[in-house]
Amino acid sequence: MRVVIAEDLFLLRDGLARMLEAHGLEVTGSVDNGADLLAAVSAARPDVAVVDVRLPPTFTDEGLRAALAARRAAPGLPVLVLSQYVEQLYARELLAEGNGGIGYLLKDRVMDSAQFVDAVRRVAAGGTAMDPEVISRLLVRSAGDGTLAALSRREREVLGVMAEGRSNAAIAQRLVITERAVAKHTASIFLKLGLQPSDDDNRRVLAVLAYLSAEQPGPAD
Amino acid sequence: MSSGTTSGDSPARHARQPWLAAGCAATARLLGLYGLLLAGAALLLALIAPMLIAGALIGRVLTRQAAAVAVSASPGPKGGMISQQAVGPDVTGRVAVSVLLLLAGLLVTALLLPYLLLGIRNLAWLTRRVVADWSGVPVAGRELLPPGMYHPPARYWRRLGWLLSDPATARDLRWTTLNTLLGWIPLLMPVGLMALGLFGFLAPVAGFAVPPPAFPGNRWPVLILLGVSCIVTGLGSAPWWLRAYGQAGRVLLAPVGQAELTQRVQHLAQTRAEAIDTGAAEMRRIERDLHDGAQARLVAMGMTLDAAGQLIDDNPAAARALLLEARDASVRALTELRDLVRGIHPPVLADRGLADAVRALVLDCPLRARLAADLPGRLPAPVESAAYFAVSELLANVAKHAGASQTWVDIRHEDGMLRVGVTDNGCGGADPARGTGLRGIERRLAAFDGVMAVSSPPGGPTAVTMEIPCALSSLKISSY
Repeated sequence: MRVVIAEDLFLLRDGLARMLEAHGLEVTGSVDNGADLLAAVSAARPDVAVVDVRLPPTFTDEGLRAALAARRAAPGLPVLVLSQYVEQLYARELLAEGNGGIGYLLKDRVMDSAQFVDAVRRVAAGGTAMDPEVISRLLVRSAGDGTLAALSRREREVLGVMAEGRSNAAIAQRLVITERAVAKHTASIFLKLGLQPSDDDNRRVLAVLAYLSAEQPGPAD
Repeated sequence: MSSGTTSGDSPARHARQPWLAAGCAATARLLGLYGLLLAGAALLLALIAPMLIAGALIGRVLTRQAAAVAVSASPGPKGGMISQQAVGPDVTGRVAVSVLLLLAGLLVTALLLPYLLLGIRNLAWLTRRVVADWSGVPVAGRELLPPGMYHPPARYWRRLGWLLSDPATARDLRWTTLNTLLGWIPLLMPVGLMALGLFGFLAPVAGFAVPPPAFPGNRWPVLILLGVSCIVTGLGSAPWWLRAYGQAGRVLLAPVGQAELTQRVQHLAQTRAEAIDTGAAEMRRIERDLHDGAQARLVAMGMTLDAAGQLIDDNPAAARALLLEARDASVRALTELRDLVRGIHPPVLADRGLADAVRALVLDCPLRARLAADLPGRLPAPVESAAYFAVSELLANVAKHAGASQTWVDIRHEDGMLRVGVTDNGCGGADPARGTGLRGIERRLAAFDGVMAVSSPPGGPTAVTMEIPCALSSLKISSY
């Protein structure tokens, strides 16, 4: 699997490349700014791009914009965006086109290399990897406005892990329940929220994320 | 210009009231203002009363003298010469009395002058406050006398001299005179209309002893229609008259030249001191957070790693556990640093500016929140930061105290002014005088000449509006 890395701090860029190579991925390019990322993507045609949000020259959300531009230049290019902080706003912008192959993780997550590489592979395969912090904030808001009132506690837990982009097997492992129980819970969640059930993991995740991040119409409207 | 809080009576709230209630309230207030007008008239009268009395007395004396001269000039039974001689000293005495009376009148006026002038100034100040509170038209603040000028420590002449040389005195005197001469028009207009409707048209219909007005077609349906329309017009126009009166007061009572500058300097000195204090307190908080948080965790991590290094040959399993512990500690340190950075200057604010940063806040808000933003550019960074933290604090307040189910945030830039409104449908009762949070926002905004208005009647809704004068710079063009 071929990866392009865009990260301006040398230590982190080097560390990321080593880690990915140690797990058997091939790093075909590592750059330190958005313009070079676009060039590297069109030259190397990688399977996935790992991009830091904050890049020179502006050190603002340059990386995010570069990632979105790279996706426009190479349609369907999976992109994993890393950041020192996560914002729902940016998560929405990344998810907006709704095609999958999107990851948005805190930089902290690179400390657990196995999980991080798993996320990279998932995104490269067209899946989704949302940081648990994004999901927990989505859930807090949805709990606040009563969107999830119909769900049981266990169902909410399943929903949270599912929204991160995990498969049934991974959810079962995380929550220490059987895969069959997970399947039962997800079916119930989709029924209660009125979503179209889907066997495809990624479609399922995108539906859930779209549902959670939708602005729920209030009674005053 | 001035920082102040207008609680309760924002124009927006007037607009929400039904016209009948608004009309009644405005009429009551106009009648209340009439009391102020009468007080001003009384003060003016007192100012010229000694002169008037002296003038009247002099007039009387002179009339009697003229009469006496006339009497003596006519040929009397005892012959003209004797009475002619008697008139001379009499006239001199009367003129002396007149001059004495005039001097006495002037003296009384002069003795009372500082008190009367102070009274006029205080009355103008009261008018200003009442006008601002009732008509919703803010009027700039009161010019204070220098310390010690109010009470006996100030010597009579010093105080009089200061009062006479201060342009604000002339301004207040001008206002009181104009108000006495013309102020009754807006004050009595709606009441007069209502009285006309009631006594001129309705009373005759009801059979009271007032003769019906004589004009063709004055049958009772017409009279009732005229009466009711007079009353409705009177009530309906009352808020308008109140506002017009407020506007006139605002123009005529605005601070004058020097006073305006003095006020500005005071305001700047105060807000500068507060801004420095706030900055210093923030630095202390950051230092403390780093010291107790990330720094302490890094020390602990170092010790854990050291212990792991010592154990790694003899007990690899224990060393591994310690290494995992160190990794967890680094995650916690990162989390704390992230929270700290958010509190100093949220990255999304630096990246995207106020509108998107508030959008991010709204997305994280546990309530149902809506944002309407119209900002075609970037604001100066300090203003962005102040406005962001103000909105952040207000949203936190709404979530904590208001018991609201929905909140609206509105951000606009117009006429060189950033306007931010935060409204909720909660229980109301927010009072800047009690909440340190609202007070803190007001202080921070004041550093930018910004103001905040809170309208939060018990039972809700609460609307907080902030205004900061600032320029809008054009957006950076994205390179992608």
